[in-house]
Amino acid sequence: MNIFVCLKQVPARDSLIRVNTAGDWIDDGDLSFEMNEPDAFALEEGLRLKEKHGGEVVAVTAGPARSASTIREALAKGADRGILIEDDRFAQSDALATAGALAAALSKEKHDLVLTGLQSDDAGFGQVGVILAELLGLPHGTIIMEVVAEGIMEVSAEGSSIRVKRELEAGWFQHVEMPLPALLTIQSGINKVRYATLIGIKKAKSKPLQRYTPQDLGVELASRQSIRRLYAPKSAKQTQFLEGSPKEAAAKLLEKLRFEARVL
Amino acid sequence: MSVLIVTEQRGGQWHKMSWEAVAAGQQIAKLLEIEAFAAVVGSGVESLGGEVAKYKLTEVILCNHELLADYTPDGFSLALRQAIEHLKPEIVIFPHTYQVRDFAPKLAASFGKPFLSDVVGVTREDAALIFVRQLFQGKLNADVSVEGEAPFFVSVQSGAFRGDSAESASAPAAVRGIDVTLEASQIRTRPQKPFRESKGEVDLSSAPIIVSVGRGIKEAENIAMAEELARLLGGEIAASRPICDNGWLPLERQIGSSGQTVSPKLYLALGISGAIQHVVGMKGSRTVVAVNKDESAPIFEIADYGIVGDLFDVVPALVEALKESSGD
Repeated sequence: MNIFVCLKQVPARDSLIRVNTAGDWIDDGDLSFEMNEPDAFALEEGLRLKEKHGGEVVAVTAGPARSASTIREALAKGADRGILIEDDRFAQSDALATAGALAAALSKEKHDLVLTGLQSDDAGFGQVGVILAELLGLPHGTIIMEVVAEGIMEVSAEGSSIRVKRELEAGWFQHVEMPLPALLTIQSGINKVRYATLIGIKKAKSKPLQRYTPQDLGVELASRQSIRRLYAPKSAKQTQFLEGSPKEAAAKLLEKLRFEARVL
Repeated sequence: MSVLIVTEQRGGQWHKMSWEAVAAGQQIAKLLEIEAFAAVVGSGVESLGGEVAKYKLTEVILCNHELLADYTPDGFSLALRQAIEHLKPEIVIFPHTYQVRDFAPKLAASFGKPFLSDVVGVTREDAALIFVRQLFQGKLNADVSVEGEAPFFVSVQSGAFRGDSAESASAPAAVRGIDVTLEASQIRTRPQKPFRESKGEVDLSSAPIIVSVGRGIKEAENIAMAEELARLLGGEIAASRPICDNGWLPLERQIGSSGQTVSPKLYLALGISGAIQHVVGMKGSRTVVAVNKDESAPIFEIADYGIVGDLFDVVPALVEALKESSGD
């Protein structure tokens, strides 16, 4: 089974994020970046499916040159090869533009299953997977909790199909079947992601990494959503910060909760 | 020129965010001085259309087809595509539900249009609409505009618009079905009957006090400390998603977009950064207390009281103080 996992590199989770002087994007000069956490679960799911059913896992990203390190991390964890579509504008591109570039690269490849994370921790569109399915003409399922492997490679009269468990809202779930090839967006937390081993890191260096530019793929990278202003949200509430030693702050808090908010 | 509001129902049960989308759609229609329409998608939805018609709308459009009885992304996008081609709206508004996340990006992409998801506000600047989106897990807000030709596709975040502020009509709006052409072969996924996994024995929505823990709790063993605080306050323990994913607390104690929505009189957020997915589940709480090491954590934006500090120092101090006062 040929599994493609789409990954995004985003600012590290605990980064202090500052708005640039123009006020329209972040100041990313001294930020450190990491693999988008929801995508790490998609990668893990892809690696597990490959271990069960054979085939290869290809890690794909569309991003600035720095994103190569996220592909290398995926290769170190067990992906067989990588594809990087490189352009600085991907840092701010809308989901349609990003998915368009990914679709152009994936349409050159034979894919049985395409996986993405649920959403990115930076732009948070939560759309690239679903749009990619539309552009590639694939059926899709989102917020997948489980890829039911039984019968996954069984070829019936209509071809092979897959059974997945989707999360609905408010504690409801649903099984859905669909033919392959298909695209799934993976719910975070459904598996325990592995760490790269030293041997894995060593091996990653010799694994192939295909680089494209949007031009190579005949893609015009035009985002139609543009950020006019980026700013710290106005506090919805007037927060009273309680200071002092932990003991003092705790005492002040309890007093406020008893006599000011009157909730204790 | 119009706004088309897409409502959501399953088996005749309304998703209450439908009314938040109606409120948002009416507000946008007013800003642009254009008409507002609503769409109901499903099978046998005539009477449901009547319930939507009580809102101030030009017309309620029914996308009725037996192949729409169960939700599928193929069926719903094909049906709504026909409604949009028929009505030619300027803007299509959705509630940002799990179902909308599953098909709206596909629908918008089929028109070659971007989809502005999870919007929390809207204003008008000259001729253009400016939408507010949260970025970087709620750390920053962005004013976003969309370029190109209509239609524009927008979904609104849970709680960003008030459902009870949707304007009622003096006389019910007209309800009209449109012809939906669908073939079974166009629907590629086969959904099975939805089921519930946990028995849902814990109903956090009725708890007056909730002590909630996030990633800052670091280890499973540390949850006991928060549980003791909850017990002393007479409250329930809850958590953000990553804690439940790790199995440190059962899923039914998860607060947020994929868990429970609560509005207790007191909500204590311990080591919770305040990512959007969590905040939508608790922002209706009367009094919010946040304890976090990071003073720029978004949770402080919605907190009434904040302590910037290590929860491993603050929580024991709170436990100690509560024990002392109960000993009086």
